[in-house]
Amino acid sequence: MKEYFVFIGKHTIRMLLLVFFVSAAAFTLVSVSPIDPLQANVGQAAMGSMSQEQIAKLQAYWGVGEPPLHRFFSWAGDFFRGDMGVSLLYRQPVSRVIGVKLVNSLWLMAIAWLLSGMIGFVLGILAGLKEGSFVDRLVKGYSLLIASTPAFWLALVLLMIFAVWLKVLPIGLSVPIGVETGAVTVMDRIRHAILPAATLSITGIANITLHTREKMIEIMESDYVLFARARGESTWSIVKNHALRNVALPAMTLQFASISEIFGGSVLVEQTFSYPGLGQAAVTAGLGSDVPLLLGITVISALFVFGGNLIANILYGVIDPRIRRGGART
Amino acid sequence: MTDKKIILDIRNFSVSFEQYDKGFSRTGLPVIRNLDVTIHEGEMVAVVGSSGSGKSLLAHEILGILPYNATMGGELLYDGEILTKERQKALRGNEIVLVPQSTAFLDPLMKIGPQIRKGKKDRASREKLNEIFQGYHLKEEVQNLYPFELSGGMNRRVLVSTALMGNPRLVIADEPTPGLHMDMVRRVMSHFRELADRGAGVLLITHDLEQALEVADRVVVFYAGTTVEDADVSDFGSEEMLRHPYSRALFRALPQNGFQFIKGTQPYVKELPEGCPFGPRCEQCIEACKGEIPYREVRGGRVRCICAK
Repeated sequence: MKEYFVFIGKHTIRMLLLVFFVSAAAFTLVSVSPIDPLQANVGQAAMGSMSQEQIAKLQAYWGVGEPPLHRFFSWAGDFFRGDMGVSLLYRQPVSRVIGVKLVNSLWLMAIAWLLSGMIGFVLGILAGLKEGSFVDRLVKGYSLLIASTPAFWLALVLLMIFAVWLKVLPIGLSVPIGVETGAVTVMDRIRHAILPAATLSITGIANITLHTREKMIEIMESDYVLFARARGESTWSIVKNHALRNVALPAMTLQFASISEIFGGSVLVEQTFSYPGLGQAAVTAGLGSDVPLLLGITVISALFVFGGNLIANILYGVIDPRIRRGGART
Repeated sequence: MTDKKIILDIRNFSVSFEQYDKGFSRTGLPVIRNLDVTIHEGEMVAVVGSSGSGKSLLAHEILGILPYNATMGGELLYDGEILTKERQKALRGNEIVLVPQSTAFLDPLMKIGPQIRKGKKDRASREKLNEIFQGYHLKEEVQNLYPFELSGGMNRRVLVSTALMGNPRLVIADEPTPGLHMDMVRRVMSHFRELADRGAGVLLITHDLEQALEVADRVVVFYAGTTVEDADVSDFGSEEMLRHPYSRALFRALPQNGFQFIKGTQPYVKELPEGCPFGPRCEQCIEACKGEIPYREVRGGRVRCICAK
């Protein structure tokens, strides 16, 4: 029982430190960025026609001239009490903005995460089963090609093919234009999510495939596979009895660790498809100097990634007998 | 021994690996050049050679699990017939079994019981395993352990158990006792002796001549990919009984015979001399040793040396 408390305590401290450093780093970057919030959000021309008082009011609203340390710690104090502040651009509580955007992004990311994980796992196993075979070279070639392709470029190609030429899928956004919120169907949402989710999946697959393949090759060259073969086990029996078992552990770690990559990828993909998700909100907040929103998104993303890694850690202990049983003994 | 049936007969066998040199020129690396081993039913034959002489490859070639870039020559006869790839596939794990060096050859994530049964869950294989375990005084609970949970004493018995799931007629033990205490070595060896006494042919691959002499019936001496002598264990009673200078050198290197060693090292495959591989280290080496050397019968054993009488 004591071990569990130590485990929980250790990870809570780690999480708090992570949140602190990530938000501090993000805040430092915004503070030193050359973007002038007034010029970016109000515009040079509009500012020219304003009175000094109006400009001073706006400056106070955007926090211009306030000492950065004071700004950061007043934000951190409120955040610690559970108040994420008000978004300067959306003029709504940050928690509500993130809530709406997160729901949009989450199912996009969930689809991409599951698809890339499953397809990547299967492709990696097929390729690694026989290194140098035709299947291996095909899968490896595809993965290397995709891994070196920028996500936004792939997004543009898909847009051109399916939205511009074939006209079978919408060109952007998450709902049809000019339709009431109530009239938007689930089908509409799915149709709008297909291209962004496909882009994210395709780029995610490459990484998972290459890693699984590498691990699979290592397993097929191991002494225990050699011995299994010497004992007359067929290739299928070796895959079923030994390869799947041994490749599943690293694949799982990879799968949960890949949450960070899906998160990162979604920023670019959402931007390209004008998909109103968390990634796009992060870009808008960054370019518009909406510090509370940006910090809120940063912290939420960090927590997601931290959670993914933590789950991988815990599952490893649950699944690997060497940790589960060995740890209990020593 | 000669009245028993020959189970394995390897004649003039060779294995070479294809390797890419600088650029794109391919060279064959002849890891095994001249290998001759005969094993009768109920007989235990030890192949003795220092590390790097190609001993383990012998085990792999019999089982047909050499990597794809290996090419083989010579004859490999099992039970009187040529051992083809198809026969190897059908026989390995059943009639021809391998007992590996250590539990590193077991899948770390699969429990012992299911692993030895190769994942089979039917009653017959369950009962067979229980029977084998009883024979080796292994508790049934051991089947629920993972390889890392086995104690040193259990390790060996579990590994030998894997061999008994089939109906072994040829058991290949590849260095089955690395770094073990002598008492332990005797116990492990007694398991193999038992298998031979039940009628299986046992091929013991080892670098430890002392160990081999204790349990085996015959010793085949292996040097730089070549079998240089095939002698009865009793021939190792005195130096004069042995036929090849290398076997004699091995004999003199035994603790009870004064720990004497000879100069030089076993040549690397790429730097093999012409003719007899032992030539450069041999005191009796003459010009004719650089030519072809036949494997011939001398005083009831076989030797690959033109000077042997």
